[in-house]
Amino acid sequence: MSRHVVITGLGPTSAVGLGIEPTWQAAIEGRTAISPIESFDPSSFDCRIAAEIIGFRAQKYVPKWYRKATKVMARDIGLAVAGADLAARDAGIKTRATTDNGEDRSYSSQRMGAHIGAGLIAAELDELTSGLAEARDANGAFDIHQWGQEGMQHLTPLWLLKYLPNMLACHVTILHDAQGPSNTITCTEASAGLSIGESLRVIQRGDADMCFCGGADSKLNPTEFLRLLMTGRYNTTEENDPQLAVRPFCQTAAGSIIGEGGAIVVLEARDTFEQRRAQDKPMGYAEIVGFGAAQSINRNAKNLLPDPNGSGIDNAISIAIGEAGIDPQQIDLVIPTGIGHPDSDRAEVAALKRVFGDYLSKLPVIPNKALFGNCSAGAGGLDACIAAKALAEQTLPAIVNCKQPWPGLASGTTATRPADLRYALICSCGLGGQIAALVLKRYDNASS
Amino acid sequence: MKQMSQRVVITGIGWITPLGHNIETVWDALLAGRSGVQMTRQFDASTFPTQFSAEVKSFDYRQFVANSDLHDGIGSNTAFALGAAAQAWTHAALNSYPDLDVQRLGIYLGSGEGAVDFKNYFASNLSAWDDQRRQIDAVRWGTAATQQLRAVREIQQEPNMPLSHLAMEFGAQGPAYNCLTACAASTQAIGEATSILRRGDADVMIAGGAHSMIHPLGVTGFNRLTALSTRNNSPTTASRPFSIDRDGFVLGEGAAMLILETLDHAAKRKAPMLAEIVGYGSSADAFRITDMHSEGRGPTSSMTKALQDAEVAPSDVDYISAHGTGTKENDLIETKAVKAVFGENAREIPISSIKSMMGHLIAAAGAVEAIVCVLAIRDQKLPPTINLAQPDPACDLDYIPNISREAQIEVCLSNSFGFGGQNDTLVIRRAPN
Repeated sequence: MSRHVVITGLGPTSAVGLGIEPTWQAAIEGRTAISPIESFDPSSFDCRIAAEIIGFRAQKYVPKWYRKATKVMARDIGLAVAGADLAARDAGIKTRATTDNGEDRSYSSQRMGAHIGAGLIAAELDELTSGLAEARDANGAFDIHQWGQEGMQHLTPLWLLKYLPNMLACHVTILHDAQGPSNTITCTEASAGLSIGESLRVIQRGDADMCFCGGADSKLNPTEFLRLLMTGRYNTTEENDPQLAVRPFCQTAAGSIIGEGGAIVVLEARDTFEQRRAQDKPMGYAEIVGFGAAQSINRNAKNLLPDPNGSGIDNAISIAIGEAGIDPQQIDLVIPTGIGHPDSDRAEVAALKRVFGDYLSKLPVIPNKALFGNCSAGAGGLDACIAAKALAEQTLPAIVNCKQPWPGLASGTTATRPADLRYALICSCGLGGQIAALVLKRYDNASS
Repeated sequence: MKQMSQRVVITGIGWITPLGHNIETVWDALLAGRSGVQMTRQFDASTFPTQFSAEVKSFDYRQFVANSDLHDGIGSNTAFALGAAAQAWTHAALNSYPDLDVQRLGIYLGSGEGAVDFKNYFASNLSAWDDQRRQIDAVRWGTAATQQLRAVREIQQEPNMPLSHLAMEFGAQGPAYNCLTACAASTQAIGEATSILRRGDADVMIAGGAHSMIHPLGVTGFNRLTALSTRNNSPTTASRPFSIDRDGFVLGEGAAMLILETLDHAAKRKAPMLAEIVGYGSSADAFRITDMHSEGRGPTSSMTKALQDAEVAPSDVDYISAHGTGTKENDLIETKAVKAVFGENAREIPISSIKSMMGHLIAAAGAVEAIVCVLAIRDQKLPPTINLAQPDPACDLDYIPNISREAQIEVCLSNSFGFGGQNDTLVIRRAPN
């Protein structure tokens, strides 16, 4: 018998706000945070709008003794650190970072793990180019001899460590003194879902009692922004009304919009959570009862889009539902990838049709990219937060920007409403074709 | 739980390394103590603090794949991955096993990002540099970069591209992951792939890693950290793990892939069983991003967990494939951690670092070293740590100095420790009869 695993803390970060309260408010109001880009002048790019986090400072989310380290954190890393801080506090977990010295901690360091999804992190252009500028020849072109001799000296010695994807997890483990199993998963939009799945397995098999998992990403810098636009999956034709630019699962969808952020969530073994609960009285949001991972193959699109029939996506979902030991008809809510690109969305709808059959026409399918943008490696973390909160609140979030839903779906644009929710499905399908599916079950805090 | 889980065996291996492009050539070179290090040729490093590296020589992935059109524009990391995986696939006789259920064929890689397109990227950056304000003019940058950067080359930098291309090449539709825990990545990938097979979530997993950081920004990054050897006058002796005068690691590049399979699946299709993966341990130092914990608490923990997972006593370990990078810090702390785990026995257990010969393949290093363990068990021979003329008195274990040796080998342990403090250890045992 493997152990039960509960989501007990949520740490979302996105353009709608930081922490679960503003995030959930935006989800039920259907409030999108997509607007003209402020952090750099995007006027020469094919897309000039995004879901940007304004005024974020990682320093706010670390204790004094770690403030200096925020200087070597790329924005992605800072967002993960903030997410972990928010999640730990939301869960009421006492760690090195959330307690004063000497106070008892909730878990021993060896029993705490961290599996965090991350994206490719680009060097800051100003910092890198200030060095390149010292290595120019007479014509102003890059001279590698001067770079080797002189130019590279202008980069801070720790330059590389700002941009390694595993630094998201490393800083989180240092802050919270999590010395247990630790991993960094880099599978674009599937990263956070796969990371949550890995933490689930680690706790189930008894290698840790508590894990930080999820992901964070920021593509709001010129290099990564352009790199994503080059994938052809983003809306580069409409920007006059940013609020309407992303229309997931709508037949008029014209591409996704880039967002930043993600979420770190706290998972705990039910047995250790219940012991802790006797003293601390925190609430569990949801139990994770099923997980499936699979690969979709689309050779014509070089795997930049999933198989047009959604093959692979259905496998991951079916495996997750099978592990939960339920029928597909018992799922009450689906949070799909729904990036708002017609080919990608259509593939996902095809997979949902195969798994759910006629029941799909009754099943709430609620994408959220219109609110948060596509947060890449962090996106699945936001999905997990919305699903967990929906189960805890017994409330369906709003569906926005979907006037013409793909045939077979229950509904397009719909306001939030109360509902009896027992099981929620999350599915993340990434650039490159990796897929993660998770089934969450309402957690009954009263009975235990 | 352990008793109920599946046993996991290795049924195929392949690699593309600085010492060659097939298993036997490279293994012979390792046993002969040959170095694959020379002056860097992929770019002009003649003024860099470090001017040498262990490069893969004259490699063309197209001889390894069925349809190279699928892979047009791939980076060298993906090319190495395809070459290594194709060898392992054939070695495991999966090319002649039509009954394979591709929905239960998974992939878990620990591969690194593709190289920056530095010529076009640097040119874009400089053309947009505002000398007065000392910052980038984003509008000029956007115009220049949109013209100069190519979509395929940019997308290929995503770290999941080797994985994505292996999936297309072999039709794998099962669980698919890429992890990137720096230098520990491919050891972790093998460990996690093992966990997936043990649970019964797949029948067969392709596991391993691919990486190249031999490019101007990669070398710059490690030079700024002063992590690389700067022994430019003697590249072949520059990588000297555990030596008193070691001055850093040497960058290598390449890929190594293993076919892992449940024992039942391998037995059913009568596949050759090369070795069994019996233990895996993962830990975090949770100390500093710049330094290892001085007593090696993370490595001690990953080794201890891997041995417990394997139900192997420390005294039963016959060989340790060291992380052994050749930095002052790693070799000293790894030695301390081995002593902490193995106690009195530590001096009796032969340890070596093949990074002395092929440099450090970063994300791909652990998978290469896992294959070394498989071959050590097969041939009852251990590769040496070369360039070890003057051992560091603080590194006082048996590092198999300079010359390979024969030994009775049943159980091997392989260590990988990542920058930032993520640590992974595997225990590999002779295959069941």
